[in-house]
Amino acid sequence: MGTLKALLGWIDDRFPVTANWKAHLSEYYAPKNFNFWYYFGSLALLVLVMQIVTGIFLTMHYKPDATQAFASVEYIMRDVPWGSVIRYMHSTGASMFFIVVYLHMFRGLMYGSYRKPRELLWLVGMLIYLCLMAEAFFGYLLPWGQMSYWGAQVIVNLFAAVPWVGPDLALWIRGDYVVSDATLNRFFAFHVIAVPLVLLGLVGAHLLALHEVGSNNPDGIEIKKKKDPKTGIPLDGIAFHPYYVVKDLFGVVVFLIVFSAIVFFAPEMGGYFLEHNNFLPADPLKTPPHIAPVWYFTPYYSILRAVPPLFDSQFPGVVAMGASVMIFFLLPWLDRGKVRSIRYRGAHFKTALALFVVAFLVLGYLGTVPTNQWGQFGAWLGHAEVATVVARLFTVVYFAFFILMPWYTSIDKTKPEPERVTS
Amino acid sequence: MKKLLLALLLVPACALATGGEMRLDRANIDRHDAISIQRGAGVFVNYCLTCHSAASMRYNRLMDLGLTEQQIRDNLIHNKATKVGDVMLSPMSRKDAKAAFGVEPPDMSVIARAKGVDYLYTYMRGFYKDTTRATGWNNVAFPGVGMPHVLAPLQGTQVLKVESTESEGHKSEHAKLVLETPGGLSPMEYDRLVRDLVNYLAFMAEPDAVHQARTGVVVLLFLVLLLALTWSLKASYWKDVH
Repeated sequence: MGTLKALLGWIDDRFPVTANWKAHLSEYYAPKNFNFWYYFGSLALLVLVMQIVTGIFLTMHYKPDATQAFASVEYIMRDVPWGSVIRYMHSTGASMFFIVVYLHMFRGLMYGSYRKPRELLWLVGMLIYLCLMAEAFFGYLLPWGQMSYWGAQVIVNLFAAVPWVGPDLALWIRGDYVVSDATLNRFFAFHVIAVPLVLLGLVGAHLLALHEVGSNNPDGIEIKKKKDPKTGIPLDGIAFHPYYVVKDLFGVVVFLIVFSAIVFFAPEMGGYFLEHNNFLPADPLKTPPHIAPVWYFTPYYSILRAVPPLFDSQFPGVVAMGASVMIFFLLPWLDRGKVRSIRYRGAHFKTALALFVVAFLVLGYLGTVPTNQWGQFGAWLGHAEVATVVARLFTVVYFAFFILMPWYTSIDKTKPEPERVTS
Repeated sequence: MKKLLLALLLVPACALATGGEMRLDRANIDRHDAISIQRGAGVFVNYCLTCHSAASMRYNRLMDLGLTEQQIRDNLIHNKATKVGDVMLSPMSRKDAKAAFGVEPPDMSVIARAKGVDYLYTYMRGFYKDTTRATGWNNVAFPGVGMPHVLAPLQGTQVLKVESTESEGHKSEHAKLVLETPGGLSPMEYDRLVRDLVNYLAFMAEPDAVHQARTGVVVLLFLVLLLALTWSLKASYWKDVH
């Protein structure tokens, strides 16, 4: 023991191991009242690590070549020992990453985790979300199936809708006139190194920002306001290690049970995690009748389709889709509520948030199906497609949640916040 | 009569006209039925492999079904130059295939995952005589299909008959498949053969699936144990948090 301690002392004189351990784990005080919703931050970190590790093994066998990519994925699935499990972990991990991150973001919305002084924490988190979308988009081309190919074609073509420079921009992104081997190679580079590097840096920044301002909690009050006068430790704070380490460990096992059930028994998840059409090799000459992105992009895809073209240009839809993601960045400055947590907010905010969730889910569902899914209205509505009209309605609801926020949060009848955290 | 009914495929005429989604017959395959998959493998190498490759599937993967290397060599490999560890390649060149059918016959390795087993089951039983087509064949599941009915000697020749029915003054038209000339198999035997073939295609698309599910059971059992452990660990640490 003496030698180990001496070794640690030797290292500490040269590198702050103990200081960092204390600052971020054993003496980082988190509110003691975290509930179910607070598991998803550490779970996101777990999925990130899992994606990187499984991704490294996939890279050892995958061929980023238009003539070999599809077959190399099947090679991994059949001839590489444990290849199918590694591949399914990676494909399931992609979807689970978004589930975990969406729940993590929803937690932020409920408890006002983006409010002062956590604006930067929220902004960095949003950048992580953007990176994650880019990572998923680039990665989805790699299996080189029909949906990979045509999904990439559709998304890259969105850039072609930009006035003046659009077509050149799309050409520059693809590196060819259509999605091709050149596109596959650059997307591979982005997927396996460029975006993950940025992602890791941002995750580090997210944690640093969190540990600077401290964690929010379901009551939305600052635990740092009430400290033990002797120790300076927040009265409602407990050390992250060991308390939240052992608690999150439990959460990790619950998550892994759900995760394994999908990986081993239903890796396609009925076509939502692995689309059926993606088991057909990419064919540039055969456009599938219905091109749908994977489920995690479908709310935005719905918004894209819902906005009608203007002067024959799809640009308004593209702008609306971009805005629907970017508007999250403004959240810290749109919210004028007197309290942070939904527990002490009034009916206005609660209604708005509920409507937003419904809009997000309905738009998400509609993005997975063709626009003629629900048939057409009668002549009294000009035979408009029901699904398109509903998508337009919920697109308005989606944006209203943000645009009207300064108004409904400031007139909301809030309840008084407690002095100390409740359980 | 019952056999005849089984052989009939009722298809709403409107679905045919629009080419939209049609009702598929259920294949009811059983991934654990190794004998059925073995029979299906025989059908696949004898009939399908003439034109369709399965370039991701190695012959010796069939050992998962309980076959020995020798059995595979004797019964399923017809070209003596092919080794048991080779993948299943059609002897037809891509160029010849394109010249013969206008389209290249797609690779069958993962076709069951792309199209679904019910579709394949309906498709393989859905060929009917159509003199307007170059091959002389059309298909209810795939109108305008380029593939001829390779299994016709077994199934016989079907024709598509349009029937008008009137009930409660509401007139409706149904197209249905009728067996015109019987083949070497009875309709029931043919359905079983197609089911075996589809069972094989499902196995070939995901040969790991059954084994994987078994691994999954062990993994889940382990995780449930770990769940109990981590819960008690959490509970004992959190005793002093009030």
